[in-house]
Amino acid sequence: MTKTEIKNDVVILFAGDSGDGIQLTGTQFTNTAALYGNDISTFPNFPAEIRAPQGTLAGVSGFQLHFGSVEILTPGDASDVLVVMNAAGLKANLSQLKEGGIIVANSEGFDAKNLGLAKYPEGVNPLQNGSLDKYKVHSIDITKLTRSCLAGSGLSTKEMDRSRNMFVLGLVYWMYNRSMDSTIEYLKEQFKKRPELVEANVKAMKAGYHFGDTIEAPMTRYEVKAAVQERGSYRNIMGNQATAIGLVAAAKKMGLQLFYATYPITPASDILHELSKHKNFGVKTFQAEDEIAAITSAIGASFGGNLGVTASSGPGIALKGEAIGLALMLELPLVIINVQRGGPSTGLPTKTEQADLLQALYGRNGEAPVAVVAASTPSDCFHMVYEACRIAVEHMTPVFFLSDGYIANGAEPWKFPLAAELKDIHVNFAKNTLQPGEKYRPYKRDDKLVREWAIPGTKGLEHRVGGIEKENETGNISYEPENHELMVKLRQSKIDKIADYIPLQEIDSGPESGKLLVLGWGSTYGSIKTAAKEARLDGWDVAHAHLQYLNPFPKNLGAILLKYDRILIPEMNNGQLIKVIRDKYFIDAMGFNKIKGVPFTTAELKKKMTELSVKIRP
Amino acid sequence: MEATKLTPKDFVTDQDVRWCPGCGDYSILKQVQTVMPELGLERENIVFISGIGCSSRFPYYMDTYGMHSIHGRATAVASGLKATRPELSVWIVTGDGDSMSIGGNHLIHLLRRNFDVNILLFNNEIYGLTKGQYSPTSPVGKVAKSTPMGSIDYPFNPLALCLGASSTFLARTMDRDPVHLREILKRGNTHKGTSLLEIYQNCNVFNDGAFEVFTEKSTKKAEALFVQQDKPLIFGANGEKGIKLDGLKPVVVDLNADGVSPDELWIHDEKDKTKATILINFFDDPAKEGHFPRPFGVLYEEMRFCYEDALALQMAEAIALKGEGDLDKLLKGNNAWTIN
Ligand code: SF4
Repeated sequence: MTKTEIKNDVVILFAGDSGDGIQLTGTQFTNTAALYGNDISTFPNFPAEIRAPQGTLAGVSGFQLHFGSVEILTPGDASDVLVVMNAAGLKANLSQLKEGGIIVANSEGFDAKNLGLAKYPEGVNPLQNGSLDKYKVHSIDITKLTRSCLAGSGLSTKEMDRSRNMFVLGLVYWMYNRSMDSTIEYLKEQFKKRPELVEANVKAMKAGYHFGDTIEAPMTRYEVKAAVQERGSYRNIMGNQATAIGLVAAAKKMGLQLFYATYPITPASDILHELSKHKNFGVKTFQAEDEIAAITSAIGASFGGNLGVTASSGPGIALKGEAIGLALMLELPLVIINVQRGGPSTGLPTKTEQADLLQALYGRNGEAPVAVVAASTPSDCFHMVYEACRIAVEHMTPVFFLSDGYIANGAEPWKFPLAAELKDIHVNFAKNTLQPGEKYRPYKRDDKLVREWAIPGTKGLEHRVGGIEKENETGNISYEPENHELMVKLRQSKIDKIADYIPLQEIDSGPESGKLLVLGWGSTYGSIKTAAKEARLDGWDVAHAHLQYLNPFPKNLGAILLKYDRILIPEMNNGQLIKVIRDKYFIDAMGFNKIKGVPFTTAELKKKMTELSVKIRP
Repeated sequence: MEATKLTPKDFVTDQDVRWCPGCGDYSILKQVQTVMPELGLERENIVFISGIGCSSRFPYYMDTYGMHSIHGRATAVASGLKATRPELSVWIVTGDGDSMSIGGNHLIHLLRRNFDVNILLFNNEIYGLTKGQYSPTSPVGKVAKSTPMGSIDYPFNPLALCLGASSTFLARTMDRDPVHLREILKRGNTHKGTSLLEIYQNCNVFNDGAFEVFTEKSTKKAEALFVQQDKPLIFGANGEKGIKLDGLKPVVVDLNADGVSPDELWIHDEKDKTKATILINFFDDPAKEGHFPRPFGVLYEEMRFCYEDALALQMAEAIALKGEGDLDKLLKGNNAWTIN
């Protein structure tokens, strides 16, 4: 008899060859769990090479998902269930499986050839040699079972094997007592033109589901109840997708054309793919010949009165540096997206890192301040890129939006807003109000120190802008020493003034003052929040604040930092925010750094918080 | 509404022109300001965009909208502007270093995309603003600040490069021939697509006389071949020489001695790519024995769709297919659920 256990949360990791349909299996389970009402967080792990040899460790594709009846903020440190399609999938991910965890293995993927490709010593099969005894192992010949259920379908063996992931999905649906309906709907839509494939995939999934009932060695079923979530409408969203939608929303809200110019680069390209589907929103995407053309064409579009946006990852941003300087001299709106990855140089393209903060803040020649914001979670990409657009247009400045590979590809449920609820963005194109004989002064400023956006086509406001230092107000070329100093200071003050137009910093969780404040930024949000919560449950005095505005900082940040005995700044870099905080507030903050291309685990953060709390205990 | 009658003066700004006295740039500026009122454009719809270099100061002197951008990128800035504001008349002002060294990549990509913009390529075969280094169009052997022993860089033939990049309009003219320059400017403006105007420009400070064989009265007729649509290729001090095509091989003939009648000569046809390819490759060193004259005029023109038009079509098609974008629908996606 199968028994059913109740669980608060579960982490499942699907792993196999990149051709095994792992990402699809993961996404389908995610959607079903979300529809059921679980809170969820996911993270895909693609192989670095596009066509890594089949069956090898380099070719392993993974999809981790964490769902529960409680609040879920990260894809999870370690998994409860590991579903592997072959030996390489097991080898690459076994260290991430909790002790006592469940392994569902496709035994056919552990033949001599696959074991060899996964670099197991000759004659060693982990499924048979007892090395997995501390786990609950279900070794199932999924290939054979799928083929036999599809016998007579008229499909070739190769085609039948493509449905193995559906057999697995069916089995996992059975384990967690989930409905197959949404996946069936998906398959019908996906293979509209090939009903035989719909039938085969549904059949394989159902076979997997029923296999659970009939399996001889009984498997435990689990119940993960729906989470208590705020009322409202939700959808599942990935970071890059949220970024794309945020841009469309901002442009639509301002009534401007979005011009998105970019050059393909991992992990930012998915934003381009998404945006290119939305031409009916007036979105123009431009795949430029290089990174420099991408940003300079966006500047051209902004000069013309459009919302110019460019995106890249670290190496591409390095190439854009000079043009960012131009945009800030021109004082035109421009959004620069950096989906950070491991660096320097080509670095770790498919891995995550937060090491481009200083590049965003300082990586240009001359005194060249720009605004910088960062997203904390996949859905926060929507809000913060929207903010980046707002600041760019309302303050006539380039704005950096920082995301990273972790949140760009990660997904979570998002309580999406209605269009009408989005903050208004004010676009004021200059109008000709000149008196006869009066000259237009393109660099005249308002009380925010912002100049007007006078776009070509406006009669009487013809003017020239350029990268050479310009005279205050007139914008004419000027090499005057006094004027240059004035302009440098004005450009700095203009950015500083943005602080009056952004929200104050809030404490995300924990006491408003006390012993330890953990100050984070970017994608570390979920793991810091979870760790801080657990530390508080253990009785420690830990608060968490997370920065979304990095230049300028919220006005009250300095005051907040003074309310705690110690400040801990965890970052996935060698210490960047900490330099800025120390410089700006003379605070002896402590860094906690991880530079492994992978996110912090909740456990390591909690350990650090606990150690520090012990030290500062009176 | 009657279009405002503009005069060349309306295009002059209050900025002091800062080129060296005697620089060929003055003449080009003057001719551009002279033809502008004849183009039927409103001043506010004209944008001049430049990169960096002596010629790139140009926008400051034109009372239109303008941007003096960064080195080599004027072409890319213009692409973004034209993609989003196709109704504007966009003019790119660039030099040989700006467009073919640091900005070479953007130039070739602009040409293949065929945005409807005009490129004024001031070729002076030298870096002027940085004070006299050889450029990508300087001839081999050029002694300059950075090449005391003579340049060993083989130069570009700009028009051949641009033809290779699928340019749809190629013309050559010179600062010292205002009438021809104005005519070519007007032709460039009329062309729908990217017009590339190579303008030989004398840098009297660092490369004086680089083009004098083509521009000075004494040698101009013999060395410069001015082509005109449907007219035979004739040159020479007294118009005594012609060019004939022997298959695909051009031959210089003496109209007096060889008894060739003008109808047997190569008749210029701007639309003929094969002929344009041969013509554009008349790029010999004028000092070389048996060299061909250097052609001036509109050497090639082709009609091809412009990027911005194709983009506008796709936008319209997307709307026809899916309807005007509905933000609420986009926010909601396909897999939304509600918690009550
Ligand atoms: S350096 Fe040469 S090209 Fe530049 S302004 Fe002087 S003469 Fe003209």
